[in-house]
Amino acid sequence: MLQWVLQYISFETFVWMILAFPLFGAVVNGLRSLVAAVRKKETSHFVTILFGCGAPVLSFVVVATVFVVLLGFTSHSMVTGPLFQWALLDDLIIDIGLKIDPLSLVMASVITGVGSLIHIYSVGYMGHDKGFTRYFSYLNLFLFFMLVLVLADSLVFLFVGWEGVGLCSYLLIGFWFEDEEKAKAGKKAFVVNRIGDAGFLLGLFLIYVTLKSANLDLGGDFFNFDTLKGYAHVLIPVATPVCLLLFFGACGKSAQIPLYVWLPDAMAGPTPVSALIHAATMVTAGVYMVARLSFLYTLTPTAMSVVAIIGAATALFAATIGLLQNDIKKILAYSTISQLGYMFLALGVGAFHAAIFHLMTHAFFKALLFLGSGSVIHAMHGEQDIRKYGGLSKRMPITTWTFVIASLAIAGIFPLAGFFSKDAILWHTYNSNIILWGVGFAGAGLTAFYMFRLIGLTFFGESNMDEATLRKVHESPPSMAVPLLLLAVLSIAGGWIGIPEAMGGSDYFHHWLGEVLAYTPVHGSHTEELVLGGVSFLWAAHFAIIAWMIYSQKRDWPTRVVEKFRRLYWLIYNKYFVDEIYDVCVIRPIRNVSERFFWKISDAILIDGLLVHGTGRAVQFFGRILSAVQSGVVQLYLTLFLLGAVLLLWKILY
Amino acid sequence: MITLNHYLVLATLLFSIGVFGVVTRRNVLIIFMSIELMLSSVNLVFLSFSRFLGQVDGQVFVLFVLVVAAAEAAVGLGIIVALFRNRQTVYVDEVKILRG
Repeated sequence: MLQWVLQYISFETFVWMILAFPLFGAVVNGLRSLVAAVRKKETSHFVTILFGCGAPVLSFVVVATVFVVLLGFTSHSMVTGPLFQWALLDDLIIDIGLKIDPLSLVMASVITGVGSLIHIYSVGYMGHDKGFTRYFSYLNLFLFFMLVLVLADSLVFLFVGWEGVGLCSYLLIGFWFEDEEKAKAGKKAFVVNRIGDAGFLLGLFLIYVTLKSANLDLGGDFFNFDTLKGYAHVLIPVATPVCLLLFFGACGKSAQIPLYVWLPDAMAGPTPVSALIHAATMVTAGVYMVARLSFLYTLTPTAMSVVAIIGAATALFAATIGLLQNDIKKILAYSTISQLGYMFLALGVGAFHAAIFHLMTHAFFKALLFLGSGSVIHAMHGEQDIRKYGGLSKRMPITTWTFVIASLAIAGIFPLAGFFSKDAILWHTYNSNIILWGVGFAGAGLTAFYMFRLIGLTFFGESNMDEATLRKVHESPPSMAVPLLLLAVLSIAGGWIGIPEAMGGSDYFHHWLGEVLAYTPVHGSHTEELVLGGVSFLWAAHFAIIAWMIYSQKRDWPTRVVEKFRRLYWLIYNKYFVDEIYDVCVIRPIRNVSERFFWKISDAILIDGLLVHGTGRAVQFFGRILSAVQSGVVQLYLTLFLLGAVLLLWKILY
Repeated sequence: MITLNHYLVLATLLFSIGVFGVVTRRNVLIIFMSIELMLSSVNLVFLSFSRFLGQVDGQVFVLFVLVVAAAEAAVGLGIIVALFRNRQTVYVDEVKILRG
């Protein structure tokens, strides 16, 4: 089959097909949606599904083929030649090209694999929506940009994907833009991301300036990853600011303190979107970027510490907020923020492979959690408050048990996927800094607690609905159930490729990424690692059991506990008032300065008044003076003419 | 002895009187007559020089000017008649529709 394809196109072209399929799907469905809107007609669902779901599946097939082909080589890496030259300046050439290596292959597989499942799920979930075709167009476009992000061979091309996914995220959060709240959530996500992107851009500029002033003969290709890696020593003096600025961009995209506030609001979008963009793929772009630049980050212990501290802080902070949320998607959103914190913690302590490992397993089980919650919301006709659920396990068994599997995985229960990845992170953190380990360890317990609180309240115990509503609850259609089952399998088995040597595995995943990522070796013994794994397993498991018991059987207990810690409860319940603090400290000052100075003074008086209207008035003024000469009295004209003639004569004669 | 200078001074005086008339008088007919006066003074200069230099070119010119002046008088008077028909006035300061 592959041989037949390669008769007609080169292997490089074949690799480009990964990007071509989603883009094609996006364009086709986008045009169909536009035409349908102009003609005021309905689009055919069948054609939409054909292109919308066909594109990611084909793309996945190509990725898998490339994966298998590269397994046969020793280096596992390749670069396609430049497709075209994007920018050509005196001292700067930017080529558009792809880089295929173990890291980007893992990312691309996750994106296209999980992406395909979510596309299929969307067929059932969005089936009744009138924006069906538009939705698939956006989703395919997102997939295209995300693949650009992870396959790009230069930092600038990566930034193209980075901005593209931001755009698609905005479009999909505000997908139901008739609702002003949802449109606002999209805007918030966009603006917060822009703040981070400013940092990213400054980082790029700093790299450019530094490399330029070093007068190297790079052939102008500054931002290519291979070039950057080769000339990393030139960047040592500016490594700390560059890494911090780029990390600030990652904070925006990956929802870390201080820029995490957009992610909970992003839950306004359709649930499959939350699963794909705001859990599995886009939000991990920051983690990918830092891992991709691991050769740069390892040069600067300061930036690494900052990454680790921010990651650990976010992991714990978001987990505490997740404890008390009542909206099913908000809980999952804070859980996502918290898990992303773990990934950054891993990056910060130098365990880059553990971060990518957790990124992958997290994509599986968090996508599953979101799709499961979507299944529940679908069955409950849009109700998202978990206090109004309860006892759903009998009505929707597939959703319930896949959800439980995902929760066990995220809580880090042996032998599911999340256990191995989280254990790898905690183990490396333990060897690096015991305080950070403590924070991560506490967060792991909280993760188990809030997930099983969610499960206890939603699926088990007494139902909080009346009989009639409960009877109407039904299991989701096959197009939604099948992705759930497949993701459940991945959530169970996805971690087995990274079983550490201490547990009798070969840590295959680590070796697979070894040729790309920098690595800080750990000194702990295998016994220690085993004990630590056992401890964190027991720690998570007992929290999971307690939470499940309390919230499915003894639902009045929490109320009594809350009575005792009223103040703390109030603080956490309101999410530490971070949004309000930002409002007072950042948004309002900016608004006030903008309104009072930039608008009323600078714009209205200076630019409009003085420059725009001022120019007009000046011309009018001189015009009025000159127009007095045109009195309409012919004799005056003649007099002036004579005067001129006499003066001219005077000038000529003397 | 009447020299060339006498003629030229006389022509200049006539021309100045004509200019003065055009600039100061309100009645369009008188302005018109003043213009004729200016033309005549120029003719006088032509003739004087023709005589002084012994060449006939100036006299030919005068004939041309006379012909053009006759045509101009016809057109000019036509305009004045049209003006009077439209505006019932012959005073130029009452015709100021070109005012800026």
